[in-house]
Amino acid sequence: MGRVVITGAGTVNALAQDVAGTWAAMHQGQCGIGPLDFRDVERLAVQIGAQVRDWNPETHFNRQQLSLYDRFTQFALVAARQAVAQSGLNFDGRMGLTAGVVLGTAGGGVNTWDDSYRTVYEEAKNRVHPLVVPRLMNNAAPAHISMEFNLRGPSFSVSTACASSNHAMGLAYQMVKRGQAKAMLAGGAEAMLCFGGVKAWEGLRVMSRDACRPFSLTRNGMVMGEGAAVYVFEDLKHARARGAEILCEISGFSMNSDASDIVMPSRAGAARAIAGALADAKMKPDEVGYINAHGTGTAANDKTECAAIADVFGPHADHLLVSSTKAMHGHLIGATGAVELLAVILALRDGVIAPTIGYQEPDPECALDVVPNTARQAPIKAALSNAFAFGGMNAVLALRKHEENAANP
Amino acid sequence: MADVTQRIREIIAEQALRQPDEIALDAGLGDLGIDSLGLVEAIFAIEETFNIAVPFNANEPGKSDFDFSSVGAIVRAVEGLIAARAA
Repeated sequence: MGRVVITGAGTVNALAQDVAGTWAAMHQGQCGIGPLDFRDVERLAVQIGAQVRDWNPETHFNRQQLSLYDRFTQFALVAARQAVAQSGLNFDGRMGLTAGVVLGTAGGGVNTWDDSYRTVYEEAKNRVHPLVVPRLMNNAAPAHISMEFNLRGPSFSVSTACASSNHAMGLAYQMVKRGQAKAMLAGGAEAMLCFGGVKAWEGLRVMSRDACRPFSLTRNGMVMGEGAAVYVFEDLKHARARGAEILCEISGFSMNSDASDIVMPSRAGAARAIAGALADAKMKPDEVGYINAHGTGTAANDKTECAAIADVFGPHADHLLVSSTKAMHGHLIGATGAVELLAVILALRDGVIAPTIGYQEPDPECALDVVPNTARQAPIKAALSNAFAFGGMNAVLALRKHEENAANP
Repeated sequence: MADVTQRIREIIAEQALRQPDEIALDAGLGDLGIDSLGLVEAIFAIEETFNIAVPFNANEPGKSDFDFSSVGAIVRAVEGLIAARAA
């Protein structure tokens, strides 16, 4: 089995349209949540979200491309371009035969569905744009990435609601580890912030109308975000041989199912996934310094997640730093784990722990150090990233700081 | 308002998989086996039936002005919202 490292990263999200800007915003504890701005927003009960502002697709794509790219594909392509550029990889020739892309998305081209249904139902037209299907399909984003970079190995999309991108990155990690690919692009993309997308979520009555406050006693629900993050996962030997800059190492992954409820999380299922990631990474619990929590800001998730962390880590849970960055970039649903991995890399690489902003009051059922409101400096050698989806599908990644000449060969 | 009571009973009965006449006014939703998803479905049916908006956030159920403590309480709360709409 090989070892897998990250050699490139890219993102578009409400905090910034690149990695450096996102890291700076996370360090400063900025909030990307604000009033939503799109057609018919006044008919929504929930009118806040972490929307990507000042998005000008014309600066990235030509008119022919834009007729094929839903907003989630646009975000994915721009993030992928940044990641590939940073990695310095070129996939022309044989390299492209052993490289692919796995992306998570829960909704795919939701804006395209919304526009098309509006045309036929609201405007009563009997004709829609001819490219509706290739725009809205979930695999459109990885397909266009494969075409842009000439990736001719395995490429597909993964859809497990809020765990989609962790599942996608976990699968890509396993493929590189097993030698099925020398490099994989992996991450997630989501763009559900449109009238039909938010209206559907409203019905569940789990959305906040004012702010996302993970782990705070005053939390009252999740706030949706949008965007993408894409990484280059590469075989360690391959990366070393070409002298690539290594951001961190992915050392373990675990996925499982609660098999119990379509929306309520399970403490036991979450704990099994966390413990499984540690075991896969051969990581001792007391090595872990930081956990990027799923931390949605709902009543149910946050207390269940804290209980699961306490179950796995025992007394060491009190020494862990556990933050949810969703209060900054929102809940990106199928892309959320991908954007949150940036906070993990920031912790491992720079020792900066992104805070849980919006925190007002301790909740005795969330009695962990949740790094409230202000970023903290701490040397972190190992970290986890949690995702627990509707459907009871859990996916946890384990990562290590990359140190040249590390004892681990 | 007998009609409101009867229609609330029908809505709750559908979620509880029972007959409307089996739904006692003093019964709590939990006693009837209605879980969190059943509750949001019942709220949706109430809103559609009576053309009202029921204030409810699943994250802070205790903070809702709408009293869900029993079937009878729901009837009174719905009557209140209907009266407020008419006013």
